[in-house]
Amino acid sequence: MAEVLVLVDHVDGEIKKNTYEMLTAARRIGEPSAVVVGTPGTATKLAEGLAAHGAEKIYVAESDDTVNYLSTPQVDVLAALVERVSPPAVLIPAGADGREVAGRLAVRTNSGWLNDLVDIDGERAGTHSIFGGAFTVQSRATTDTAIVSWRSGSLEVEENAAAGTQETVEVPATDAAKSAKVSNRAPIVGGDRPELTEASVVVAGGRGVGSADNFNVVEGLADSLHAAVGASRAAVDSGYYPNQFQVGQTGKTVSPQLYIALGISGAIQHRAGMQTSKTIVAVNKDPEAPIFEIADFGIVGDLFSVAPQLTEEVGKRA
Amino acid sequence: MNIVVLIKQVPDTWSERKLSDGDKTLDRASSDAVLDEINERAVEEALKIKEAGGAEVTILTAGPDRATDAIRKALSMGADKAVHVNDDAIHGSDAIATAKVLAKAIGTVGDVDLVLAGNEATDGRSGAMAGMLGELLGWPSLTHANELTVENGTAKAKRETDEGTSDLEASLPAVVSVGEKINEPRYPSFKGIMAAKKKPVTTLGIADLGLDASEVGLAGSLVQVDSFAPRPPKSGGQKVEDEGDGGAKIAEFLVGQKLI
Ligand SMILES: Cc1cc2nc3c(=O)[nH]c(=O)nc-3n(C[C@H](O)[C@H](O)[C@H](O)COP(=O)(O)OP(=O)(O)OC[C@H]3O[C@@H](n4cnc5c(N)ncnc54)[C@H](O)[C@@H]3O)c2cc1C
Ligand SMILES: Cc1cc2nc3c(=O)[nH]c(=O)nc-3n(C[C@H](O)[C@H](O)[C@H](O)COP(=O)(O)OP(=O)(O)OC[C@H]3O[C@@H](n4cnc5c(N)ncnc54)[C@H](O)[C@@H]3O)c2cc1C
Repeated sequence: MAEVLVLVDHVDGEIKKNTYEMLTAARRIGEPSAVVVGTPGTATKLAEGLAAHGAEKIYVAESDDTVNYLSTPQVDVLAALVERVSPPAVLIPAGADGREVAGRLAVRTNSGWLNDLVDIDGERAGTHSIFGGAFTVQSRATTDTAIVSWRSGSLEVEENAAAGTQETVEVPATDAAKSAKVSNRAPIVGGDRPELTEASVVVAGGRGVGSADNFNVVEGLADSLHAAVGASRAAVDSGYYPNQFQVGQTGKTVSPQLYIALGISGAIQHRAGMQTSKTIVAVNKDPEAPIFEIADFGIVGDLFSVAPQLTEEVGKRA
Repeated sequence: MNIVVLIKQVPDTWSERKLSDGDKTLDRASSDAVLDEINERAVEEALKIKEAGGAEVTILTAGPDRATDAIRKALSMGADKAVHVNDDAIHGSDAIATAKVLAKAIGTVGDVDLVLAGNEATDGRSGAMAGMLGELLGWPSLTHANELTVENGTAKAKRETDEGTSDLEASLPAVVSVGEKINEPRYPSFKGIMAAKKKPVTTLGIADLGLDASEVGLAGSLVQVDSFAPRPPKSGGQKVEDEGDGGAKIAEFLVGQKLI
């Protein structure tokens, strides 16, 4: 069976859940081979998890260069493997780093690029959800290899015990004239809350929250529901909450079971990042706020009285 | 310093965006078209470099006739001239075909030191054009920059993404993509708007770029759209006024939905 390459998403020696989704999807197309690109010693920590989720092979590409240059080492390693095993598909996480690797790899190998897929079948027909979920699009690559950027949180992970046979592959020496050197890398490490794009419940706050300190009202409700915290761009721009939590057109796209919007007006660009949520609850002082147009349940009221009361009610039922 | 800024005209995110039934491409006629906000930031960054140390700033776009509005806006902010690649053959290009067109067009500008792009377009959202162009041109790409300095033949950037932050450095020529937080773009002044009308805009077709129609557009694309479907519209549900029991009411609703 054909090998399907999966670029492993990892940070600080831990595999991100997205990798397991990609291994699950890869198995529909062929035999999953995980590709670990990292500093020496990385693969040892990841091997067990990869094998447990279907990786028949693990290509180990380790060198210090992998963290000293931006995306080039990943592209170089994957391009060499594409050449060698002619995979029907290469699955890469659709985050900022991954999309850059995918786009460059598609150029380098002259392969079609299916960007931001939420699903793919055994025949390599991909599904995208575009314009904030307003349209579902089916597409395919016309080339032997399809480069796939996989949107995190799109698929139920399946466990699947596999061989996980490790094979060392070379990280080609990086051409410094063609690559950006990286220093002072500071990955964002997830706190105790679930990751925004993977959480089944998201509680988000907007400009109506009023200050960074007040965001503890949002966090309090989130924690009672084991939820991730999100924010509107206005809240991020006002410095109430960090950038990486922005939901919307130019932030993250989330599709949880439950999305609770506190003090968010529901501008079209915010909705673009959350309107495919299964159930939407909104709290807003303004009865005309557009967020109510898509809310399954809305309370016209002050978030500072409604949210703490809800936190308490949830606590009683826990 | 010779700077090229890549700009894209996109459907206004404030309007309803659609795909066309016929060839399943973006329906550009159905919504208002604007210069993508992130590209205003790329233009602003180029103008700051120009104002600090002198530079010629060329705007480059690949797009249909009405993309001239976006070009004029960028010129009225203060860019010097523009190249407009406008050819029906380009319609429906995928990301790779677009990158090939832009790489060739950059080649027509002369000895370019720096290419500035947005980190992600609000319509296509590939988020990789800078990296793809770097790949085609054989130049380093510094992406998602929220701070940029260019001196002594070197570009330095502070990169910020959802995944973390880092410092980048590379020698020129280089491609840089800017992030949302890099700057606040200026508004064109009345004088700028008047001056823009006289600034040179070179229009090129794919033949001028040495490309064949089979390499671009729907024909030259390596991905193919098979079908699409609009999502059924979601309608609002219940809305109740808080009478001191709003939190409890939500809790009741969530219990009913088996969410808590
Ligand atoms: C190209 C582009 C991209 C964009 N991308 C994004 C994006 O990714 N994400 C995003 O969110 N936005 C994005 N925006 C911005 C978007 O247009 C809105 O400006 C933004 O979503 C507004 O945020 P908000 O709802 O928090 O603020 P506002 O619109 O100011 O709404 C605040 C709301 O809080 C309510 N409120 C105030 N006090 C209280 C209280 N005590 N209790 C209850 N309710 C209260 C008010 O009634 C109001 O409805 C983008 C815009 C553009 C042009
Ligand atoms: C909804 C949708 C989904 C798509 N999905 C795919 C897909 O899965 N695979 C695929 O290969 N293609 C896809 N495309 C096509 C792709 O988006 C276009 O080819 C597009 O021109 C390039 O990608 P982008 O705008 O997404 O680039 P991005 O990388 O997001 O844009 C970044 C920056 O590049 C510059 N730039 C981009 N395009 C131009 C231009 N025409 N002229 C000047 N500067 C430009 C701008 O500075 C922009 O800010 C899709 C298009 C749409 C509308």
